[in-house]
Amino acid sequence: MLKLAKPLIFAIALAPFLWLATRALTGRLSANPIEDITLTTGIWTLRFLVITLAITPLRRITGWNRAIQYRRMLGLFAFFYAVLHVSTYVVLDLFFAWDLILADIAKRPFITAGMVAFVAMIPLALTSTKGWIRRLGRRWQLLHRLIYLSAIAAAVHYLWKVKVMVGSPVYYAAIIAALLLFRAVWGFRHRRRTNPQPAEA
Amino acid sequence: MLIRTTPPLLASEITDEKQYLRRREFIRLVGGAAVVAGTAPWLEACSGDRVSADFAGTGGPAVPAGQSPLPNVKPKVVATDETTNTFEEITSYNNFYEFGTGKDDPQRNAGRLTTSPWKVKIDGHCGKPAEYHLEDLIRPHQLEERIYRMRCVEAWSMVIPWVGIPLAEIIKRAEPTSKATFVAFTTLHRPKEMFGQTQPVLDWPYDEGLRMDEAMHPLTILSVGLYGKTLMNQNGAPIRLVVPWKYGFKSIKSIVRIEFVDRMPPTAWNKANPGEYGFYSNVNPEVDHPRWTQATERRIGEFRRRRTLMFNGYGDQVASMYAGMDLRKNY
Repeated sequence: MLKLAKPLIFAIALAPFLWLATRALTGRLSANPIEDITLTTGIWTLRFLVITLAITPLRRITGWNRAIQYRRMLGLFAFFYAVLHVSTYVVLDLFFAWDLILADIAKRPFITAGMVAFVAMIPLALTSTKGWIRRLGRRWQLLHRLIYLSAIAAAVHYLWKVKVMVGSPVYYAAIIAALLLFRAVWGFRHRRRTNPQPAEA
Repeated sequence: MLIRTTPPLLASEITDEKQYLRRREFIRLVGGAAVVAGTAPWLEACSGDRVSADFAGTGGPAVPAGQSPLPNVKPKVVATDETTNTFEEITSYNNFYEFGTGKDDPQRNAGRLTTSPWKVKIDGHCGKPAEYHLEDLIRPHQLEERIYRMRCVEAWSMVIPWVGIPLAEIIKRAEPTSKATFVAFTTLHRPKEMFGQTQPVLDWPYDEGLRMDEAMHPLTILSVGLYGKTLMNQNGAPIRLVVPWKYGFKSIKSIVRIEFVDRMPPTAWNKANPGEYGFYSNVNPEVDHPRWTQATERRIGEFRRRRTLMFNGYGDQVASMYAGMDLRKNY
């Protein structure tokens, strides 16, 4: 059962990509397919960031510590969708027009935020192997707090992109804020106690 | 439905529409058969149906439920040699926040809007204020086909074969007074049928405005149709404004009121975000939206972006209206 869990989660996490590819290849995207691909890969990046960030609170609240063994894969899926998202922008949308891309990153706050979110994920993906975890030791955990920056920047990226701040971008920002707040509160309590107990949130 | 004294559908037309449907079999066509069968009772073609014949050759439309052919349309009064976007594209990818903020929401949700009967109130500073049934408003005028580029503020564009009448003709009928320096437009407010209006996305009802010279400009039309047929609800049925040198949001949909006013009227997007959406909102590749570039656009159906043209390519006709104005300030 547990042996099946990982491949199963892998398949589920890959499904949005396969569905998107199917729609693209069968001409079932919208009249603006590039926008469709951009939005779909972007939203799945955000979803996997949220799921990855939810693992720790989930462990703390439920005590289900084995959830940790799926975290790396979920985080890497966030990166996978982020790579697709950024590639869509660079290749399909602007077709390697680097002058326009650099101008966008410098001048468009929502693209700046998106790029921050993406760049912050790169070292996390690169150091996600067992070897790097061993080599970095305690610094690995410190480094991987970059995901907080990435998630905040991703939420801001989405909020700044839309014309009216209602609905989905607001919900994602709220969920990410709640997940980070949980950590802050937990960390604060944890530090105050000399002998930390697994308290409920 | 605009003009009632018309003979029934010609058999030849039905064939054309079937061809149309076949060409688009690869596209999702929910209830495609029902579309053709179900609309037959609606159809009121005219005898010399030139326009439909023209459209049949250019990948023209089926007649989805609710659409009727428009008779006696003067073809290509304004045209372009650019490829016209398909009916499918024009009716499936829309910004019409009254029906949701997603591009596919209007197509999904606009069906429940009742567009008949429809009244348009024309009032304010004019000699002949009146409330018209849509039919009475349109009937005295010659319908014209106007193939225009449409540039959305979100940096995508289409080429759309509208059918409509010059707004100037309606304005002249109302006999505006010298006080009438601006024209204000209002969209229907009916949250029961436009569920987007139950949410605080914009300050409902949607409103828009033009300076009098812009409203009188021969390129400015009130559109009642698309591809030779009455408008689909998602495109602003039954009557909408089309101002081709301005960003799409200026072309207000489903209009119920046209008012002559003596000052610049409030407009929906300007109220929502004055720093990003100005009253004029002329297409201008040199003045970027604060959050994205307006220098390029994606023509729906094309892969590479193309350069955006000043005044959406209508500069020769409209630039003189803005001579001496700082278009950076008056964005």
